[in-house]
Amino acid sequence: MSQPPKDLKYTRTHEWVKTMPDGSVAVGITDHAQQLLGDMVFIELPKVGAEYAAGKECAVVESVKAASDVYAPVSGRIVEVNVRLGDAPETVNKSAYGDGWLFRVQPGNPEELRALLDAAAYESLVEAEGH
Amino acid sequence: MGHRTPLFDTHVRMGAKIVDFGGWDMPLHYGSQVEEHHKVRQDAGMFDVSHMNVVDLKGANVRPFLSLLMANNVEKLKTPGKAMYTCMLNARGGVIDDLIVYYMNENWFRLVMNAGTRAKDLAWLDATAREMGGVSVLQRPDLSIIAVQGPNAREKVYQALGEALRPATAKLKPFYATNIGELFIATTGYTGEDGFELILPGKAAPYSWQGLAEVGVAPIGLGARDTLRLEAGMNLYGHDMDETTTPLESGLAWTVGWDPASRNFVGRDVLERQRAENVSRKLVGLVLEDKGVLRDHQKVVCGPAGEGEITSGSFSPTLGRSIALARVPASVPAGSRCEVEVRGKRLAARMVKYPFVRNGKSCVD
Repeated sequence: MSQPPKDLKYTRTHEWVKTMPDGSVAVGITDHAQQLLGDMVFIELPKVGAEYAAGKECAVVESVKAASDVYAPVSGRIVEVNVRLGDAPETVNKSAYGDGWLFRVQPGNPEELRALLDAAAYESLVEAEGH
Repeated sequence: MGHRTPLFDTHVRMGAKIVDFGGWDMPLHYGSQVEEHHKVRQDAGMFDVSHMNVVDLKGANVRPFLSLLMANNVEKLKTPGKAMYTCMLNARGGVIDDLIVYYMNENWFRLVMNAGTRAKDLAWLDATAREMGGVSVLQRPDLSIIAVQGPNAREKVYQALGEALRPATAKLKPFYATNIGELFIATTGYTGEDGFELILPGKAAPYSWQGLAEVGVAPIGLGARDTLRLEAGMNLYGHDMDETTTPLESGLAWTVGWDPASRNFVGRDVLERQRAENVSRKLVGLVLEDKGVLRDHQKVVCGPAGEGEITSGSFSPTLGRSIALARVPASVPAGSRCEVEVRGKRLAARMVKYPFVRNGKSCVD
């Protein structure tokens, strides 16, 4: 597994969060998550404009093996979704932290960002789950 | 730790993700399930299916024994080497297991049965053999099975295991087997492609696997085995049929040997009654027209005819869309449109004849 990038924040449910210059946050699933799920074949994204509370299901990633919910890491409104995943869901496997991002959220409560895990804490979580 | 085949260490070394499969530690994939799937459709891949149960039946009464226990008629096996797919039924016509019978000679028939049904299969075979006499039921845990499948499978087997195999096997039609020394080679498989299933001593399996890998036969996990067999429209025991469904409700009417009417196999009376009264459920193929993925147990809404259920659903790498087998009311007309409930939404699907894919080509419009 590749190391989780240091400049991202993480959830216990294997999403990553990246703060963008405009204050919105990009969200994806971690490399560890995509490896567990296997080849992606369908990604169901939220609607732009929809509002979610932190921890609510807002997207679904489906691999050949199984469907898995993606949870909103922070509360807020969806401002953009990665439409290119419609024709190329495998991008999530190839570039989990880059081109395979899922959606962007405008956070309603920036405090929630501080509660997320840093890379080291996420790595220990993954290690603990592996044993 | 589960049971392990003689190839377990080889799988780990080749990067397999190991999962529990009915008590066996088996490879799910070696990196990408979808790439493995394409490799079998376009070139050649190999599967370790040594967890399956090889049973040799020997003795003077093997033929009448199989005639009683199997829904397909063993009298179809007249040429040594011929193989036959069949269900073994309980008294209610339910499927105890589906299997392949290989006819080697009058005193030797070989069965290859599912791994997950091993205990009940053996109990059923043993009990009947005791009653009938003249049959010994011999388990073969000493044997491994490597299935080599794909359009280039045969040629690569000759490259890896020797040209000496060619004369006896190059002209073998589908569903035949032959014995060459300690190697049993069959033209059976579970992918809808050409190829061989090799049954060989377990101690020879790692060496043969390595030889096949060296000529470019890709290792394929059980994940791709499932999407390949689903595209090929082949049933999976425990999903598409079990002890509560008969072959007639499972798309397997073609495997029932009705003739002669005098052959009294276990479950026959129930199948006869179902046939006379018209069976109430049937297995159909589904192609999803909306985006999404069909999964086992999702509800299928068939309009006024009622509702059904998906028995095997997945994504078809060859077709690039989701496909499924589903059990629906028999009154639903062929080719109907239907809806499938997927996480609270209804997605549009179409009923189609299966197989979905055969010899690398789509069979769906």
